[in-house]
Formats: sequence, C-alpha cells, structure tokens
Amino acid sequence: MTSASVNDIEFRSVTKRYGAVTAVTDINLAVPKGAFVALLGPSGCGKTTCLRMIGGFEQPSEGEVQIGGAAMAGIPPYRRPVNMVFQHYALFPHFDVEANVAYGLKQMRPKIEAAEISRRVGAALEMVRLGGFGKRRIHEMSGGQQQRVALARALVNKPKVLLLDEPLAALDKKLRTAMQIELQTLQRELGITFVLVTHDQEEALSMSDKVCVMSAGRIVQFASPQEVYDRPANIFVADFVGKTNRLSGTLENGNAVRLSSGALMPVRDTLLAPGTALTLAVRPEAIRLAKAAEAAGGIAGTVTHRIFLGSSVEYSVAVSGLGDLLVTAERQSLAADGLAEPGDPVRLVFDPSGAHVFPA
Amino acid sequence: MPLAPATKRNLVTSALVAPAAAWLFVFLVLPFIAILVFAFGERAPEGGYQAAFTFAQFANLGSRAAAFRNTMMIAPVGAFLCLIVAYPVAYFLAVKASPKYRLVLVSLVVVPFWTSLLVRTYAWMYILGSRGLPNLLDMVGISDVRMLNTPGAVLLGIVYGYLPLMIMPIYVSLEKLDLRLLEASADLGAKPLSTFFGITLPLSLPGVMTGTALVTILLLGEYLIPQLLGGGKVFFIGNALVDLFLQSRNWPFGSAIAVTLVAVVVLVLLVAMRIAWRFAGTRQVDLV
Repeated sequence: MTSASVNDIEFRSVTKRYGAVTAVTDINLAVPKGAFVALLGPSGCGKTTCLRMIGGFEQPSEGEVQIGGAAMAGIPPYRRPVNMVFQHYALFPHFDVEANVAYGLKQMRPKIEAAEISRRVGAALEMVRLGGFGKRRIHEMSGGQQQRVALARALVNKPKVLLLDEPLAALDKKLRTAMQIELQTLQRELGITFVLVTHDQEEALSMSDKVCVMSAGRIVQFASPQEVYDRPANIFVADFVGKTNRLSGTLENGNAVRLSSGALMPVRDTLLAPGTALTLAVRPEAIRLAKAAEAAGGIAGTVTHRIFLGSSVEYSVAVSGLGDLLVTAERQSLAADGLAEPGDPVRLVFDPSGAHVFPA
Repeated sequence: MPLAPATKRNLVTSALVAPAAAWLFVFLVLPFIAILVFAFGERAPEGGYQAAFTFAQFANLGSRAAAFRNTMMIAPVGAFLCLIVAYPVAYFLAVKASPKYRLVLVSLVVVPFWTSLLVRTYAWMYILGSRGLPNLLDMVGISDVRMLNTPGAVLLGIVYGYLPLMIMPIYVSLEKLDLRLLEASADLGAKPLSTFFGITLPLSLPGVMTGTALVTILLLGEYLIPQLLGGGKVFFIGNALVDLFLQSRNWPFGSAIAVTLVAVVVLVLLVAMRIAWRFAGTRQVDLV
C-alpha cells in the first residue's frame, strides 16, 4: 500500500465478542487522514467498543484495526499514536490543570525539557482558551472548562487521531452548541483526524464530515451528513437520524403508494415491483400543511397539538387510519396563512422527494 | 410550647450522642485523668499509688528503654510489612477481581476475625516452637534453628494478625478509584508502572495512611503477640505495663509509661494526617 493512500484508521472485518455476547460484527471502516468522522447510534450499538478498540482498551476478537497503516494487534494504549477525550473527562483529581495537560508530555521518551513542556502546556491551554487557569485544581473548574482541559490534555501530545467519547454529553445545550463549533474549528486548524462517538444525531450531523450510523453491532450507513439525512440507507437510519413519520402501505405502481388508510400518496420512482409491502419514512418538513378549505388534494386530518419552536412550528396532526403525523412548517411560509390551531381541520400535502420507501 | 425546629434538631443530636459520650467519659476520660495523676505520684510502700508531685517516674523511663526500643522499632516495621503484603491484595480485590466474586473474596479477608487472635497466635506458637517447623527442618538436617521468641516471630505474628486491618482501608480507597483514570493515564502514554506510581498510589494514599496509622497505633499498645511469640526476649511497652501494674504493683511508674505511650500515639497520628493531607490535597482524609 502506498503511503499516499493510507487511511488514518482502518477496521478490517473486525468482530468483538464478550463471552457469548457479540458487541460488533464484521466492521469494515476506513477513516481518511484529516477527516472528522462520527460514530452514531443508540446505546449498545457497538460504537464505543469500536472507539475503545482504536484506543487499545479492547482487542478485536477477529479482524484487525490499523492506525496510520500499521497493524495494532497487541499494541497497548500507551504505545498508540492516538489520544482520547473520555466521556466524563477522566481528569486526574490530584493534579492541577497544568499537571493534567503536561501528563502526556512527561511520559514521552526521549524526555522533553521542563521548559519546553511548560511552553507547550501553555500553548495548549491558550488554544482551548484556558490561559491563566493552569494552577487551578480540577474540582474548581466548571463542566465546560473541564471539557476544555480534557481536550488540551489530549491534543498537546499531537496525536495522529483524536478520539472523542460522547464529549459533550454532560454539557448544557447552549454550551454544547458552542463547543460543537469550537471542536469543528480546532479540527480544521490542526488537521488531525477526529473520531467522535455520540448518540446525539444532531451533534453527529452538525460536526462531522462523515457519519457512520451503527445499529446492533453493525455499520448501517457510512456517508456524509446530508446523504444520511436525505438518503437514509434503511428505515432504522431514517428513524434514528432526524424526525420521521413512519407509514406503511403497498406499492401501486412505480410512483404511488396505497397507504394503510386507503389514501394514495405520490413517491419518487422506485424499482420495486408493484404490490410490494412498504414502509415509508416521511420527514416532517416534507409535508405541507394547508387549510382544509383551500387545498383540494392531500390527506385530511385534524391538528391535535402545536409546538412553537421560534423559527418553525411543529404540528401533530391526527389522520384517520394513519395515526398522528408530525409536520414542521417554517415560520415564513406561515406568514400569510397564520398558525393553525389545535382542532382545525387541515389537509396534508406530501412532497414525493421527502418520502423514503423501504420494503417492509 | 412547641420547640423551634433548630432547637429540636439540637436536642435530637444531643440525645443520640449522649450514650457514647457518657461511655467515653466514664471509661476513657476519667481513667486517663487518673493515670495522669498517678504518673506524678509515688509508689506506696506496699505497692499501688501514694499522692505526691514528682517527675521521678518520668526520669526513670530509661530503665524500660528496651521495651520502648522494641515497640518503636517493631511496630512501624510490622505496619510497613503489613502494608507491603496488604496493598497487592487490596489492589487485586478492588481492581482486578471480577465483581461477581468480589464480595466473597472480601469476606474471606475478614473470616480470620471469627476466631480469637489469642487462639490463632497460639497456633503460631506451636508452629514456630521446637516441635513445629524447626523440628521438620531438623529432619532434613538443618538443626538448631530457633524461630520462636525472636523479633522475626513477633513480626510474623503481627503481619498475620493485623493484615485484614490494613487491607480493608486500602481496599475501600482503591474501590472508589475511577478506573477510567487508569485508562486515561495509559492513553496518555504512561506505562503500567508509571500509572501505578503517578495515579493509583497517590489516589489510594488516604487508605494507605489510614491503614498504616490504624495498625501502627494498635501495635504500639500490643501485648499478646510479643508475649506469646516473643517470650521474655522480645517484649513491648504493653508487656512492661502488665508487669508494672500486676506484678511489681508500681502504678505511678506504669502510669508514666502509659502517658508517654499515649503521647507517642498522638504524635504518630498527627504526622500521618499531615502527610495524608499533603498528598491528598484538599480531599477529606478519613483517619480511623
């Protein structure tokens, strides 16, 4: 293999078992150099196991993990060119901030001079905007600050790959959004490969340039955030990533589905045979809500709830035979109509491009 | 009239503390005051105590130098040996043992306490005595090995008897240790030994200090083990006290020795706490 094409991380048919339980099955994954990849999935899907196999805390039962083109079998964590930001940061409580960040540098052989260590530690703390906090003790820092210390402690070692295990889970929403932007900026500036584990689809979509959706120990889809959202590989991805209405029906012909309620719904052309039983995933924003009086087409329903989200409005609409459907409307598009009220009869018009069709 | 909530809380607290406080006052504080008074008195001609105010008893401490020396040497060394043996056991129990068996294994550490220390030490007396191990060695041609009534025998008895008291506090502090810190250390490039000395040991130091202080203090007052395994050769302050109070009935001198012993114990405690505090930073140190 030529060095130009070397991926920073490569999983080759990796399976990991704990006794009788199989955590991940036959994982094949290549993370190119400098990429920001998110491993996304519900808890227990094997994403953390994958991350821990990169870090060296677990060894694959079968297959091989490579870092920078080198096989990692039997190589302990302290000999791997990767660093991890742990879920609850795992900062050393008996050290101050500076000593935490210096810890990795002090382990390096040949030894680094004390002055050089302190210079690099200072620079790392500046980078995460914690200059001047070096002498603080860990328990004197807020959650967000601890997060930055953990980041500095990992990045100061200039790892080939930075592993992040649910790094933002413990932060409040506002801080989380700010850190998302910061992480993205850092990643671009440093050019280090980031592998992020998260169960939060919003986090995965907003930060990474590739999302690896996992379920039950397998990779279900590995693609860009847009692709994962716009072209989910299966109903699981459609359901897990973003909000989705799940409907069932039967394919009438190439581009119409007879829903379980009896209504006909237009879909994009599909190659499936007419008569196939289908599951449909329809994004809330692919449904247009119209006042019952004005729209002739579409499906009739009644508004049951309205959730005002500021820039958009979410409606829950009861449709007989289909249950409650979620509909999102941008605020601007409502300006003329005004908001629908709970109890209003409405008609739902489906955008064929927003409906994903999967064989049931 | 209903009591204010704060007053009521104080009353409840007092009521809960009272029995223990009364007990300690009657059986600890009062006797200690008596001992303190005795220490400055004189031996009555027929034995016992005779009122006086003299430092003669303290001036005479030198005559029991051997007992002090033995105690001051063997107690810390014994505690240290206990620590060396106990730490790996505690580490195994807290970190390596599967959670499924942990409770059973920890109980096994405590099981020896179900039998009296006297009986168990007696067993060692037999094992180390001339009909025990030395007899076996004699059979293979190694003769004239004396084991009983040596400092080694006393140390062995100490480690044997006090090991659980050292294991438990260390186990507790290791059990609280966040194992992710060890992973983080490895992740940052630290080899296992560096992780142990940089992370594990410092974070378990409160337990180490608690165990060491506990065992050392108990050993300073030890009577049984030196009596049985040290014979007349290796005796502690505790043995000297028994002699003085029960045999020669020199209560004031015995009291002076007891007061000195308590002073030493307090000193040891203070130093141990100091060290523990320094290493553990601001975290609370739970001593004894």
